[in-house]
Amino acid sequence: MSPLDFTVEELDELFDLAEDIERNMGKYATSCLGKKLATCFYEPSTRTRLSFETAMLNLGGSVLGFSDAAASSAVKGESVSDTIRVISCFADICAMRHPKEGAPMVAADRSSIPVINAGDGGHQHPTQTLTDLLTIRSLKGRLSNFTIGLCGDLKFGRTVHSLIHALERYEGINFIFISPEELRVPDYIIDVLKERSIPYEEVIRLDDVMPQLDCLYMTRVQKERFFNEEDYVRLKDFYILNKEKMEQAKPEMMVLHPLPRVNEISVDVDDDPRAAYFKQVQYGVYVRMALILTLLDSVKEKGGKG
Amino acid sequence: MGIIMLNVGKIKEGFVLDHIKAGESLSLYEKLSLEELDCTVAIIKNARSNKLGKKDILKVECDITELNLDVLAFIDHNITVNVIKDERIVDKKALILPKKIKNVIKCRNPRCITSIEQGLPHVFILADEEKEIYRCKYCEEKCDRFDQ
Repeated sequence: MSPLDFTVEELDELFDLAEDIERNMGKYATSCLGKKLATCFYEPSTRTRLSFETAMLNLGGSVLGFSDAAASSAVKGESVSDTIRVISCFADICAMRHPKEGAPMVAADRSSIPVINAGDGGHQHPTQTLTDLLTIRSLKGRLSNFTIGLCGDLKFGRTVHSLIHALERYEGINFIFISPEELRVPDYIIDVLKERSIPYEEVIRLDDVMPQLDCLYMTRVQKERFFNEEDYVRLKDFYILNKEKMEQAKPEMMVLHPLPRVNEISVDVDDDPRAAYFKQVQYGVYVRMALILTLLDSVKEKGGKG
Repeated sequence: MGIIMLNVGKIKEGFVLDHIKAGESLSLYEKLSLEELDCTVAIIKNARSNKLGKKDILKVECDITELNLDVLAFIDHNITVNVIKDERIVDKKALILPKKIKNVIKCRNPRCITSIEQGLPHVFILADEEKEIYRCKYCEEKCDRFDQ
């Protein structure tokens, strides 16, 4: 599953539900009573797994699963197809994280229960993108007509690529890509923007564009991505968000980050009301609740597991 | 299988695949799994062609439902497919790029699930008809059709 598999209307329905969940948590406290979520994590990702588990527990359901391939039958050589057939007998819905690209799709093809992709290698991490979109929609009130700056490692960051693809479908989005030359957005993404006449700009320094931004999406610039130490030392400060840089920003700009952050956002920004990265984690739980509910409801509509 | 170079006789029922790029007929033979068919197959290499200079031709005497035209279209949609019945051409089939192909090419992305999952078919989906780009169903890696 990729967020692009949903139409814009379907996404809106999902986000409406997530926002209703945010306002009336109590109303949904027993929505999944008696239902079980299996979290099948073939590689550790504590944050994502806990977010899924919290989502299911908030809905009154229960959770089971494994958090490392070493704790599953994969070490004995069991295939994803076999594992999901077994899990289908235990649980009503599954969230799967796997280091191999496309593994959750193989599972979904073979499964009799809904399978959510909780990250497959460097390929997709759709629930992160849904989280990002919901956060922007909730805090900005819309997913159209704003300028978003994406800053840091734009070459390898899959969350950045999925977010760009997801936002391309909305009206009036202006992209500003802020990265060192070595970590620019890949050409195939730029080609799509050009083809569809979506405005974008590429800059090297965050300072140069701060006042224009309605939303700033920060990612980490890893030292090992640079060709040499000298460039890293020269450029790293361009991509560290601190109190001084925030002073140039609009009063209503919001700062997002997929987390974990290391030092690209200094802690003195945390108290700024525009820092939205911890709220983003909370929205991650709401959107996963909405997703679980929607998928289990669609199963119900189809009459049984399906 | 018999390789006949000249004066290949007419076939009663089957296909004549014409305008195959010179030198490609043997790989086409393999990809169409013609070794599995118990019928006469003639492979003509480097025949003279006005259009191509040199070309290969494949003649296959088989039931006309037995040939996988999707695979053929994927490999080279410029090939002319003549359908033969009672020793005469009764139809010329246009080859259209298939929307999906299964187990014709393999995904070469080492990070793809197809690299470790047993018994999983290699499925490619036509992602861009204009640019003739196929992508792996699972990891979306682009496949180069001419590099397989």
